[in-house]
Amino acid sequence: MQGLFAVYRKEVSDHFSSNRFVILFALIAMVSFITSYMAGIHLRENLEGVAKPKFVFLMLFNTPGALFSMVQFVAFFGPLIGLVLGFDAINRERADGTLIKVVSQPIYRDAVINGKFLAGATTIGIMVVSIVLVIGGFGLSLLGVVPGIEEVWRLIFYVVVSVFYISFWLGVAILFSIFFRSIATSALAAVALWIFLSFFVSLGASVLADTAVPVDRQEEASAETVMKNVRIKEGVSLFSPMVLYTKASATIIDPMRKTTRSLVLLGPMEQLSAARFQNPLSLGQSLVVVYPYMVALVAVTLLCFAISYTVFMLQEIRT
Amino acid sequence: MEGHSIIEMKDLSKVYNRQKAVDQVSFHIEEGEVFGFLGPNGAGKTTTLLMLMGLTRPTGGWARVCGLDPVREAKEVKALVGYLPENVGFYGDLDAVQSLEYIADLNGLVRREAGDKIRDVLEVVGLKESMGKKVGAFSRGMRQRLGVAEVLLKDPKVMFLDEPTLGLDPDGAIRLIDLIQTLNQERNMTVLLSSHNLYQVQKISHRVGIMIGGKMVAEGSIETLGKEKLGVEGKAYSLEEIYMKYFQEV
Repeated sequence: MQGLFAVYRKEVSDHFSSNRFVILFALIAMVSFITSYMAGIHLRENLEGVAKPKFVFLMLFNTPGALFSMVQFVAFFGPLIGLVLGFDAINRERADGTLIKVVSQPIYRDAVINGKFLAGATTIGIMVVSIVLVIGGFGLSLLGVVPGIEEVWRLIFYVVVSVFYISFWLGVAILFSIFFRSIATSALAAVALWIFLSFFVSLGASVLADTAVPVDRQEEASAETVMKNVRIKEGVSLFSPMVLYTKASATIIDPMRKTTRSLVLLGPMEQLSAARFQNPLSLGQSLVVVYPYMVALVAVTLLCFAISYTVFMLQEIRT
Repeated sequence: MEGHSIIEMKDLSKVYNRQKAVDQVSFHIEEGEVFGFLGPNGAGKTTTLLMLMGLTRPTGGWARVCGLDPVREAKEVKALVGYLPENVGFYGDLDAVQSLEYIADLNGLVRREAGDKIRDVLEVVGLKESMGKKVGAFSRGMRQRLGVAEVLLKDPKVMFLDEPTLGLDPDGAIRLIDLIQTLNQERNMTVLLSSHNLYQVQKISHRVGIMIGGKMVAEGSIETLGKEKLGVEGKAYSLEEIYMKYFQEV
């Protein structure tokens, strides 16, 4: 344990004193500031003279002001934080010849990798929490609305999911830094995987679904075919952590969203009755909806870390 | 040199992809001894050292360090053994004291006690004036001495020094060798010194071992080896002659 704590302490202080972290944090703080400002202005205009709906505060996070909402921003660029914090975790120490020195101290070898991962996750946690607090405080003065207890809870869940999502990418980066001896290679490989999983999987999903079960746009396709098509598309796109995260976080942050499905087949009468009861979901129900996504996200994060752990423990360390 | 064996190994072997890096090596080192570990590059010296610390798993044979099994009790062994790797690396953005503090943390030393100890070891290696300087700005000799300081910080019973004088200027090399000798004499520290600088090894070693191609081809005091190989009595030969003789034979 003493080794783990020593590595953890050093890594955290390294992260916070590195230029890399300062630049990244400044960038993300700036973007989220602008995003929430846009969203705030937008909300204020739209809400003028209207009875305030429930959960106005959360709208700060999910209203696309100019281009994207805060939630979307984290989904797209959050991985970059994880990658930047982890892509040279092990191979830089190897290149500098410090890894052998550390593992020849009386610690278990896993203290190195556990300490690095935990330190990265802590850094991510502090980053996400502080950004959410900044936006919250900013929105407080902009909107003049105090968040209710349920909104606070939803934000807490949002933070937890976000930390796991970004930590997944931290795990990927650390894994690549173990696999590849060259720092440039591991950085490029991690970015390539990020682009592939975040952008190409969803593209590939629709291509795959349309090939497997073509839906003819001209003719009336049967409900069954459409369902099949959508199911394949959703199934494949779940391979993307970004999709997992977006579905989980969007539903948590937006109580009006009642399902994670993009396509809902409803008859006219059902639609009518659904429209009549446009009430927000309770927090518990929202959690039930996103539970599988959250579990999957946590699972891939842990899986990724477990692979890094195993590879690292079996690897020969000579430098 | 009376005492018990602090390091012992029997038929220690390491096979990498069917290539024998270390081939059934057996020798022992007495407590309080300086053992010169010689051999050409790639002879398997570093691999042997790594196996003795439990950093690499042997594929055959066994070893005991201070009575402990490096395979099963690696952590305990590493608490007793100080290892200075060849080309030791440092975190360039830390200063000397911070580097040592990290090592102290890893060894579980309490911060308050560690402070005094860090000053002590910096004094011993002669880096007291540069303690606030970033390691990135250190010269090769200073880095090597800082490496020794890191090793001393945990009060090891045994020091494994892998090419400690490599790339040092003559003055720095002599000072480092003198330091090692002082540590050995004053603190009764056992030293396993791997080096290509045969003159220095001859100066401070009680016994030497010569490893070539993964095999230990000779082991004993310089006098014994000299008598065996060159047939000369006394000290009228250099270790270099003995070494070359063995090297040509293999």
